[in-house]
Amino acid sequence: MAVAERQATPAAGDSSWHDIVLQTLKRNEISLVPYVPDRVLTPLIKNLHADPFFTTFATAREEEAVGIVSGAWMGGRRGAVLMQTSGFATLANVLASLAVPYQIPLIMFVSERGTLGEFNYGQSLVCRTMRPVLDSLALEHHTITRLDELEFIADRSIKQAVTTQAPVALILNPLLTGGKVFDK
Amino acid sequence: MDNRNTKVMNRFDVTSRLIGKLKHEEAVIGGIGNTNFDLWAAGHRPQNFYMLGSMGLAFPIALGVALAQPDRRVFALEGDGSLLMQLGALSTIATLKPKNLIMIVMDNGIYQITGAQPTPAASVADIVAIAAGSGLARSAWAADEEDFERLVEAAMSATAPSLIAVRIDDKPGVGATRRDPVQIRERFMQGLGVREPL
Repeated sequence: MAVAERQATPAAGDSSWHDIVLQTLKRNEISLVPYVPDRVLTPLIKNLHADPFFTTFATAREEEAVGIVSGAWMGGRRGAVLMQTSGFATLANVLASLAVPYQIPLIMFVSERGTLGEFNYGQSLVCRTMRPVLDSLALEHHTITRLDELEFIADRSIKQAVTTQAPVALILNPLLTGGKVFDK
Repeated sequence: MDNRNTKVMNRFDVTSRLIGKLKHEEAVIGGIGNTNFDLWAAGHRPQNFYMLGSMGLAFPIALGVALAQPDRRVFALEGDGSLLMQLGALSTIATLKPKNLIMIVMDNGIYQITGAQPTPAASVADIVAIAAGSGLARSAWAADEEDFERLVEAAMSATAPSLIAVRIDDKPGVGATRRDPVQIRERFMQGLGVREPL
């Protein structure tokens, strides 16, 4: 039962979203976390760097990070990629030519910009391309809006990605993270 | 262009020479197109991975393997056109310094497979200078086949990542990889000891 499993781990109410993501990565033995940074992801990235369990570093492009975790998976080490919505928009080719056809459990965390108070028109437009791209490849994706659902969705999705050898995108919505707001 | 004293070699020949030197189940990632066709033609090994797309990701994929298996030497074969798509990866590798990663660039200055159009770098840029400028101090042009083999041997025991650039001719690949991505990936994982056959 889901409830029983949840009781075995720290209650979501005691932790921030980024603590939960970090602990869920750790519990699932995901130790390699390349990223292209995002303002919202900053506390998660900072804490990943501070924890010796993780090898975490910036890459120049998101597809580079996808290549790295794909190679690591084949070598027996689990990874996940952190990015922003606009970064996801650069991934259609690598998803369709590497992650999907080679059946690689690519785990993506996407900080969602472009909605719920976006102030940059370009961000709001690129955001609209994200779910159609995911759907066009029939990729599993979840938009996480609630702190009390985060651990369940992330933990289950990671396990499903690994066991079904299929990519998953976990979209971190501003309702969860607070998002990035216009501050002049 | 600081490579005019280097001999123009052949991709298949150079790839075969590399494979002939591998005695410890080293991993080899073959970049898109002719690069992995010649890797395939040089004789399939379970530790070979063949890319069928995702142009430019041979080095990042090899970096991932190298980070997962630090005790295994990991080679990546990439074309100059492919590398131009992902030059930032050189700095990532220079920052992480995986000593078990060896990058080989097959440079003919053209997109051979699409009709031999010159790359934007062909007449103006130097791959080794770019690599060195990206922080990869162990970057060198192979002067000829013998020098290539010497550089490979040196890279095998190096304490930092190595990049070897080879000037090659405009010949197409000798073989054609069987395009079965799931089988390629599964065999590669078996070859790396990550999985047992079913």
